[in-house]
Amino acid sequence: MKPPKFDYHAPRSVEEAVALLARYGGDAKPLAGGQSLVPLLNFRLARPAALIDLNRIASLAGIRQLDGHVALGAMTRQRVVEFSPVVARALPLLTEATRWVGHLPIRSRGTIGGSLAHADPSAEYPAVLTALGGTVVARGEKGERVLAAAELFETYLTTSLRADELITEIRLPVMPAGAGWAFEEFARRHGDFAIVGIAAAVWRNDGRVTARLAAAGAGPVPTRLRAAEEILERDGLGDKAVAAAAARAAELVQPDSDLHASAAYRRNLTRVLTGRALATAIGRAA
Amino acid sequence: MPPTAPRGGRDAKGHVLSAWVGTSVQRVEDARLLTGRGTFIDDHPPVGNVHHAAIVRSPHAHARIRGYDVAAALRMEGVVAVLTGADVAKACKPFGVGVTAPVHYFPSATDKARFVGEPVAVVVARDRYLAEDAADAVVVDYEPLPAVVDPERALDPDAPVLHEAVGSNLAGHRRLVYGEPDAAFRDAEVVIRERFRFPKYGSTPIETYGLIARWDTLDGVVTVWSNFMGPFIMHPLTARVLGVAENKLRFIVPPDIGGSFGIKSSMYPYIALIALAARKAGVPVKWIEDRREHLIASSSGTDRVAWRELAARKDGTVLGMRYKWYDNVGGYIRSPEPGCSFRPTGNFVGPYRFQHLEVDASVVMTNKSLTGPNRGYACGHLYFETEGMMDRLAEAIGVDPAEVRRKNFIAADALPYRTPTGGLYDSGDYAATFDRALELAGYVELRREQARAREAGRYHGIGLAVAIDPSVSNMGYVATALDPQFRAKPEYLPKSGATESASVKIDPLGRVLTILSSTPQGQGHQTIVAQIVADELGLAPGDITVVDEMDTFTRPWSISSGTYSSRFGSIGTSAVALAARKLKRKLVDYAAHLMEIPAAQLEFRDGAVRHRTGTGPSYSVKELAGRAHWNTESLPDGMEPMLQATAVFGFPEARAVDHEDRVNSSNTYGFIAEVMAVEVDPDTAAIKILKYVTVHDAGVIINPMIAEGQIYGGALHGLGGALYEEMEYDDSGQPLTGTFMDYLVPTASEAPDIDIAHVVSPSPLTTLGSKGLGESSSMTVPAVIANAVSDALKPLGVRITELPMTPSRLWRLIQDARAEPPRGAQT
Amino acid sequence: MSEPVGVRLVVNGVAREGRCPPRKLLVDFIREDLGLTGTHVGCEHGICGACTVLVNGEAARACLMLAVQADGAEITTVEGLARGERLHPLQESFREHHALQCGFCTPGMLLTALDLLRVHPDPSEADVREGLSAVLCRCTGYHGIVKAVLAAAPRLRE
Repeated sequence: MKPPKFDYHAPRSVEEAVALLARYGGDAKPLAGGQSLVPLLNFRLARPAALIDLNRIASLAGIRQLDGHVALGAMTRQRVVEFSPVVARALPLLTEATRWVGHLPIRSRGTIGGSLAHADPSAEYPAVLTALGGTVVARGEKGERVLAAAELFETYLTTSLRADELITEIRLPVMPAGAGWAFEEFARRHGDFAIVGIAAAVWRNDGRVTARLAAAGAGPVPTRLRAAEEILERDGLGDKAVAAAAARAAELVQPDSDLHASAAYRRNLTRVLTGRALATAIGRAA
Repeated sequence: MPPTAPRGGRDAKGHVLSAWVGTSVQRVEDARLLTGRGTFIDDHPPVGNVHHAAIVRSPHAHARIRGYDVAAALRMEGVVAVLTGADVAKACKPFGVGVTAPVHYFPSATDKARFVGEPVAVVVARDRYLAEDAADAVVVDYEPLPAVVDPERALDPDAPVLHEAVGSNLAGHRRLVYGEPDAAFRDAEVVIRERFRFPKYGSTPIETYGLIARWDTLDGVVTVWSNFMGPFIMHPLTARVLGVAENKLRFIVPPDIGGSFGIKSSMYPYIALIALAARKAGVPVKWIEDRREHLIASSSGTDRVAWRELAARKDGTVLGMRYKWYDNVGGYIRSPEPGCSFRPTGNFVGPYRFQHLEVDASVVMTNKSLTGPNRGYACGHLYFETEGMMDRLAEAIGVDPAEVRRKNFIAADALPYRTPTGGLYDSGDYAATFDRALELAGYVELRREQARAREAGRYHGIGLAVAIDPSVSNMGYVATALDPQFRAKPEYLPKSGATESASVKIDPLGRVLTILSSTPQGQGHQTIVAQIVADELGLAPGDITVVDEMDTFTRPWSISSGTYSSRFGSIGTSAVALAARKLKRKLVDYAAHLMEIPAAQLEFRDGAVRHRTGTGPSYSVKELAGRAHWNTESLPDGMEPMLQATAVFGFPEARAVDHEDRVNSSNTYGFIAEVMAVEVDPDTAAIKILKYVTVHDAGVIINPMIAEGQIYGGALHGLGGALYEEMEYDDSGQPLTGTFMDYLVPTASEAPDIDIAHVVSPSPLTTLGSKGLGESSSMTVPAVIANAVSDALKPLGVRITELPMTPSRLWRLIQDARAEPPRGAQT
Repeated sequence: MSEPVGVRLVVNGVAREGRCPPRKLLVDFIREDLGLTGTHVGCEHGICGACTVLVNGEAARACLMLAVQADGAEITTVEGLARGERLHPLQESFREHHALQCGFCTPGMLLTALDLLRVHPDPSEADVREGLSAVLCRCTGYHGIVKAVLAAAPRLRE
């Protein structure tokens, strides 16, 4: 389990990185935190001609709160996200989801951009991006594109990023004051990828309810549970509406069976965890 | 947890009996291991010019090998040699196997590959990275064949046959009959039947297997440094495979081994394979198994399909049992298999006194990885089935599961007890130990809580399990796999035995060196031996240096040597104490000579030889050591110079299997009683352990801290197999659990709190009264948690018959049960 | 660009340097090139945690970093914990609570626990279990390890 040979580049700027990616025309892999890519290299399941190491590009890391949204550099470590007071204040759902990402030593290296680009549908960050309606900024030789979750994630471990494109920034709208949130997850062991995870946020504005729900692990891409959100926005946040939304959520997902769980069980978990996530989120909402 | 084992104490005269045995002395081993100064196999470059191997492995579950093309690999950077299956077939003989079926098991595949991950070639290069590059470039021409992974399917007449010479996939079959089981079933008022399935799992030590082999063609000596931990039957087996004389084959084991749990005791092909590669390459070769290799091609326990029948009276008295199983040993049968079927022969009946049983054991080969001992070797399977049957009996006759067990225990006054299958249970009080567990768990209150929880619609369950905990295998049990007629042939060499040796030396300053031939993997032998020798010689553990590195050229060893089957606590400690006592007698004789007093009037007490009356001069160990070493003239006539003694301990009851298939398959037998309470979340099928109590009787406990460490670890292995771990395959024989992301090892978050207590029934057979307990709760947890979950889901009629209970599978059972009315008890 | 590259770093307070191909994993570099064999290899895919070291003070898997990525970093391995003959308080606590048997996972456990106690100086048992879930141990059932880390917390706060 040793990596195969590859060319190694550690560019200092995004421009340089993008140029290198373009030069290898799809045979190069960007190396972010390495917590998913290096295992693939060690198993020799990935054999890129080159690794473009993004860890020396200082401009890619950092968290900034701007008007109405938080901008996170793609190379911001998950550990930094976890302990960021800005994130805790503006995006408590992201803080909570981060604690479910692997383990602390994984989060020391793992990055938010790397997790999104890896596009594991069981992972937490893709579900948060989906639930909160965030976007990613992708930079390629021809400039920048801004992609919503639905545009980024295509299927298991596959994004719409082009061979010369990098995610440079993640933008998430600030959750309104008084919003409640929860990230509920069921995994066979602590720290594993979720069998199913649910990201939930709810808030009231002039008596009107806004709900945000997304499922991880219940399909080839993270699933926004819009029809379930609509039940809550229409019927409010009472127990009956929550149960109806949870039941609706289970109908909205397209899970597959694998080693760890059957599709039917995943669908069931979607219902159960949506109910639990909503209960917690509503309890936290003002 | 207050240890209830005997502690250091004094006799009526105030003499120190055991200052150290029975106390939780901190471990000698820890300082080096905590500071990164341990020496594991991968830390070794014992010789220069070591090259590195990568093994090319079959991607097919079943395929004929048509040829190899190694030209490209040989041209690659740093490569010195490639050894293929064709070379292997020419260079060596196949391994001996424990059955008469003609299974030819070579160090690598030769004609066919029979499981994914089977070695087909070895590349030797300057470093491991380059070796793996070249391994990728080895081209093997395969003709894929249909595969079979299910043991029931493998016995179908139209199933693909793995070994043409055998003609079917049945490696061995025995029907063992003890007493009159047919009569017992005829007389039964209640008969229970059930089918069980036990998963294939392994303890996956965090240090994988590894070795360095040097083949010195000038002196003909093959030296192997490896973390192999016995039984040293591996040594003659490997010598025969390689065609070298046994006194030219040297096995050396490094001071530290990173866990094993039986996994490193299989007769792996790797020592022979890498030795052949070293000969071909002309350089010493190192190979460290990587985790992928470990998960797809190391060793695991067998998966088993079992059918059980139990005959009983209405009052709960068990009259007899029928056991039938298919043990799936994978693509070949590798020694010590088929121990999976026969290792528990002496304790097939567990702690119960019924006399009539039939065992119908089939050992089946399929296109899965090979199997071997895994903590609790086959006892986890045995008790999962037996204890499940006892619960079903309790339900059928409408009594508490505790009652049904009590009703059937072998009585305390019947011990030592000869089981119908030939086991000799040396000591114990099963009913009292069981009651201790019930009391500690608050069983009566747990049942009340359960009733309240059920009222509230929650799924609470309480499980019980009891088990005989066998230690120190008698090598003779393996022959149970052979027909008595075969064993009766004059040319057949019977097999039996369990031996261990130890030496104690005193240096001129009176300090002590104790030399073992054990191969511990974390059991703290250095600490335990220091405690024992300190007590015997009236010293402190710090005065004793213990050396436990095995080297077949310098240490006494025999076929059964090694650290496996919970041996050391029973047999190793006995050898150490005997050696110390032998040396003590010599000190007394020497002092008698110096004091000109008959030895009978002297005794060794509190670190010195003294007059029994307590008056007159005395000689301390230090004084005697100085004189004996510096002035050999002071020794009495006929006394060997030097202060050292070697003792070899062997169990006299370790006899060969008899003509009626009875065998004392182990030598000491402990007892385990457990209670577990769980709650099942019906929405997610998550299982929460509310309480878990385990009470052990392993005789005298030498170091309670270390003993309990074994129990905590063993319990989590059992929990792994019950809930998380299974080496799974798809129908084409592709392994699905080749990473630690898919093969789920329990973490600290999954580990339950455990209440541990000990009951002490000293073994009459060992020097200190101790028994082994290394396998401990690994063999009971699958049973106790399955029983607890079945009890929790009783209102739904769900009965656990298969492990592991993954949430997805358990949820399916709950859904199915909700869809149909609860089924009644089978009577 | 797949040719050997120079790596300079500070390991346990000592400046070290070496040359290796860019594909060489940090754990192999530490063990083979720097001769510090206390850091162990258990899975090479980031799950078992045996190879965990501190990189610039934070626990990280040395099997998931390339040695070249550690150029300029400060690394702490298990060899860097004791002060001469005196064990680090966490090591002492491990010994007192029988937190190790075979000792193979121990280096990764110690460094993971040190990082955990920095993040949670006064952890609950649940915090400790969650944090230690990053490292697999097959000997101890984690019992002694959890106790050892809880007992070490107040000593490390001092």
